[in-house]
Amino acid sequence: MRLYLSFLSLHLKSAMTYRSSFLLSCLGQLLVTVNTFLGVKFLMDRFGTVAGYTLPQLALCFGVILAATSLAECFARGFDAFSAVLSQARFDRLLVRPRGLIFQLLCEEMKLSMVPRLLQAVLMLGWAISAGAVRWTAAKAAVLVLMILCGAAVFFGLFLINAALCFFTLEGLEVMNIFTDGPREYGKYPFGIYGKGVLWILTLLVPLALVQHWPLQYLLDQGPGWYGLLPLLSLLFLLPCAAAWRLGVRHYRSTGS
Amino acid sequence: MRQYLAFFRMRLLAGLQYRAAALAGMSTQLVWGTMEILLYRAFWLSDPDSFPMGMEALSAYIWLQQAFLAFFAMWYWEMDLVEAVKNGSVAYELTRPTDLYTMWMARSLALRLSRAALRAVPILLVGILVPAPYGLRLRISPSVFLAFLAAMALMLVVVCAYTLLIYALSFFLTDANGIMVLSVAAAELLGGAVVPLPFLPEGLRQLAQLSPFGAMQNIPLRIFGGDIPRESIPAALGLQLFWAVVLIAAGALLTRGGLRRAVILGG
Repeated sequence: MRLYLSFLSLHLKSAMTYRSSFLLSCLGQLLVTVNTFLGVKFLMDRFGTVAGYTLPQLALCFGVILAATSLAECFARGFDAFSAVLSQARFDRLLVRPRGLIFQLLCEEMKLSMVPRLLQAVLMLGWAISAGAVRWTAAKAAVLVLMILCGAAVFFGLFLINAALCFFTLEGLEVMNIFTDGPREYGKYPFGIYGKGVLWILTLLVPLALVQHWPLQYLLDQGPGWYGLLPLLSLLFLLPCAAAWRLGVRHYRSTGS
Repeated sequence: MRQYLAFFRMRLLAGLQYRAAALAGMSTQLVWGTMEILLYRAFWLSDPDSFPMGMEALSAYIWLQQAFLAFFAMWYWEMDLVEAVKNGSVAYELTRPTDLYTMWMARSLALRLSRAALRAVPILLVGILVPAPYGLRLRISPSVFLAFLAAMALMLVVVCAYTLLIYALSFFLTDANGIMVLSVAAAELLGGAVVPLPFLPEGLRQLAQLSPFGAMQNIPLRIFGGDIPRESIPAALGLQLFWAVVLIAAGALLTRGGLRRAVILGG
């Protein structure tokens, strides 16, 4: 843990060295998600409700997904951009060090320009809470935290799969964007809004609905209490992800030097 | 003229080589289009009267938007042009007996055309196969179709002229990234990528429609779906032409001015 923190401060320092370019990339990242929220707001101003949801409830929903993706993208950047690690032969270096591979990759790269997005997510959550999206209890607050953390874990699992695939394809697969960038974009609405088919795919195949749609029903008093525990179930998704990663590592052959 | 055509063909052929990337992009766009349609369907089902355009027009808008994304995606910057201005290698271009702005324009047009050419057809086919009102309906009169083609061509020129204006600005700025970031955000919001312009609140919508961003995807995609009534089409095309002329003039002037000002070191 101490080692990780010293890496964190290292990345922070290097980002601050090129301050203006760091701030610009923060702004660029932030404007994308602010635009997304504006899109939701404009539609809701016109329609009032959609499928029974109000704007504060949607802000809550988007806030959860945005917080989860920002956390995962910030800290698991090494897996998200793994093709660069492979093509620059940086993976060989990791293999000879006496520390776990996953730990080293978590230390290797951090995308701190995600921090403003995290702030946006916190602001949206704060606004949603103060606008009375939910009748709060201590249990519900705990479920909200659980949704964000387990959501980040699911995205981390997706990055792991992405990295594992890189061992075989050597370059990034743009198709994976459907599951990594995509949910951040269409997670602005509860997944149930897109119809049953999408909801079941995102429940059973890539369990993003388990951290968003189902526990949200509990928060909004639309579903039974055990819906609130579903985010924990989504953690099972990490098992196949880890297996894929291990398979990839075993497949790896260095190009040598 | 022949040299620019040759340059155009060269870039077009180069762009057509990236087939695997196109396949990946295509499947992403297909999923994206499906999700967008499903989303608007939820709004449409919950309150069809508040819908500012027909569901069919909206479906046409989304399918065409995904198919021709490469035409108007503002974030397809050609960073090598900006880099060339920054590190001075633009000097090599000056040794050619060509006009820099025209060459850049030929290059940008070819790049966007080749990217769209590889992706558009399969997405359009899927769109056509999806049942009404969520599919791409082809019942369109020949005259409206011609207007659509004209608007598409003008849109492509407006987009390229806008990006060239930014490249030209990089002669004068040490770092063009800031203005690029803002351009992308403005083009997404005011151009109709976040939501189609009819969904924007009044005031902002009028502003967006008159801005150069409103002369991009907004016009052809809405002409195709029949959302811009026949009698307003000439005015819409006129607006596109106006922005094309203004942006080209500004870009060409800035490029010339930038080149005159530029001092390139080295031997």
